[in-house]
Amino acid sequence: MSRLHSHVNTESRGVRYTLIALALGFMFLFLALPLLAVFAEALRQGLGPYWAALGDSDTQHAILLTVLIAVIVLPFNILFGLAAAWLVARFEFRGKNLLLTFIDLPFAVSPVVAGLLFILIFGRNGWLGPWLQAHDIKIIFALPGMIIATLFITFPYIARELIPLMQSQGKDEEEAAVSLGANGLQMFWRVTLPNIKWGLLYGVILANARAMGEFGAVSVVSGHIRGETNTLPLHVEILYNEYNSVGAFASASVLALLALVTLIAKTIVEWRMNRETAMLDAALPPERVES
Amino acid sequence: MSIEIRNITKRFGNFVALDNVSLDIPTGELVALLGPSGCGKTTLLRIIAGMESADDGQILFSGEEATHVHTRERKVGFVFQHYALFRHMSVFENVAFGLRVKPRDERPSEAQIRKRVTDLLKLVQLDWLAERYPSQLSGGQRQRIALARALAVEPKVLLLDEPFGALDTQVRKELRRWLRRLHDEMHIASVFVTHDQEEALEVADRVVVMNKGHVEQVGTPDEVYTMPASPFVYRFLGNVNVFHNRVHGGWAEVDRSGKSEEPAQGDGTQAFVRPHDIEILRESADNALSARVLHVQAIGPLVRVEVEHQHEIFEVELTRERHTELGIASGDTVWLRPRNVRVFQGNALLDSRTFDLGGGI
Repeated sequence: MSRLHSHVNTESRGVRYTLIALALGFMFLFLALPLLAVFAEALRQGLGPYWAALGDSDTQHAILLTVLIAVIVLPFNILFGLAAAWLVARFEFRGKNLLLTFIDLPFAVSPVVAGLLFILIFGRNGWLGPWLQAHDIKIIFALPGMIIATLFITFPYIARELIPLMQSQGKDEEEAAVSLGANGLQMFWRVTLPNIKWGLLYGVILANARAMGEFGAVSVVSGHIRGETNTLPLHVEILYNEYNSVGAFASASVLALLALVTLIAKTIVEWRMNRETAMLDAALPPERVES
Repeated sequence: MSIEIRNITKRFGNFVALDNVSLDIPTGELVALLGPSGCGKTTLLRIIAGMESADDGQILFSGEEATHVHTRERKVGFVFQHYALFRHMSVFENVAFGLRVKPRDERPSEAQIRKRVTDLLKLVQLDWLAERYPSQLSGGQRQRIALARALAVEPKVLLLDEPFGALDTQVRKELRRWLRRLHDEMHIASVFVTHDQEEALEVADRVVVMNKGHVEQVGTPDEVYTMPASPFVYRFLGNVNVFHNRVHGGWAEVDRSGKSEEPAQGDGTQAFVRPHDIEILRESADNALSARVLHVQAIGPLVRVEVEHQHEIFEVELTRERHTELGIASGDTVWLRPRNVRVFQGNALLDSRTFDLGGGI
């Protein structure tokens, strides 16, 4: 854009710089500063106590449990996300809007309420409680309950990411594959998956970040049993409430680190995705028909 | 392989996309499904391919029931309007796809695949693009690759959905001619969908004109153009003038009551005349209508004359030579004499031999 134009359709220099300064200042104050504070607090007494805090067996267990839940939840989410996106993007059916609303439900419901819902269903006095007790199955205050709660919370991420992507790509390529003799599995592996892989990965990264960071719903169903049902976010809260500042912030720094890794991975995937999209929309070279 | 379409009906909710459509397509013929958007032509093509299922009716391939055969087993080559090339595969892999997904015992060896793909790329004259990706090709190249890909599995039927719709005029003309040649070499039944009447008339052996889920007319390009079976076909294939008139036995008479300011009212019958089938005369003559020239415009090889008769406007096309001979200008009074007229009552063609204009005015 030329300088002449910029005079016409942008604000004066003073206004622009003030707005930019405001935005950056806000971001620094509310996003960057807290992140720095976490690491500063964690390392206040030096590296030694920091490593010691991370080496604590309860903390180690919390880290392992957090990873375990994420590892169990993500494959289910991928399956569900793919199935839901496929259904919504490829077929017209009655109740499609209802399905879309249900997919969004976990976004709308407060995580604490979601946790309470599962207590209502699986808890000792819940609908399935007596039956579960009779068969000696423990869900609430145990790993299964935490997995179910995390599943619920992270349900929409992958589906929400894939639906617009698959809708915009259309079903032409898949139909072409079938008309060329491909069976369902061949079509999925050779045509569908390569087309949506970046979107899928993006959704997985978001769902993973959410699964590892979830507090509310998991807190309600976990029972906070130290060394047993404490995930990392829950562990941070317990340590903090015990005035174990270094321990709390050391654990928090692991979560913060995870957030940073997520952000970087997300940026890379986004960049790849945009590059491929740009490649597809690239201007066509001049026509060459020789016959 | 021949295709028989028997009484196919298809609804989408309350919308009837195809209403009891029957059609025969013999082997070796190149057929165009022609109609405005929403007439059901693409739906019919997709039903032939098995990508859409009919609510009622049958599809037969070579006389054998194929209505419920899966797309995968139909052995149809399908070409999409927007190419539908596999975007993450090279041109070579796109064409090889149909061979690679064959069951293990039918799958050709790697060397055979390489040879077949190279041959096909040579056939579409794009072997020099084998390692490129679809995004690096122009629209015309993409569509030729899509064709090569469809031909790789040796289809018995080639189905093309608006194959040249997304291309610009020059490329479209090239590809049309090229498709015609390719079809003649293949000896298969080909069906292509188009809304472009010029394309249908130029390429196809037979044209199927469709409207609102019905087949309006099936015929050679010449038949549907010169002997349209309904007012719709008349209007859809080229320009046409409509005269409101009265029918007396085998004669149709244009309303000349003329006194009123209202447009002429007849008995509901309409006479259709193509603009180039009207002769313009300088002098009054038998069977001619007087008209006033409104506008004269030269368009390419033709001269289009707009004339007014009884508050209705008609179009006449003359050759440049004839126009020079006549020397017509706006405001002149001239006489019109139609050469080729077809009279319809509603949608029914009347057996009217002559178009009587009642001896001049």
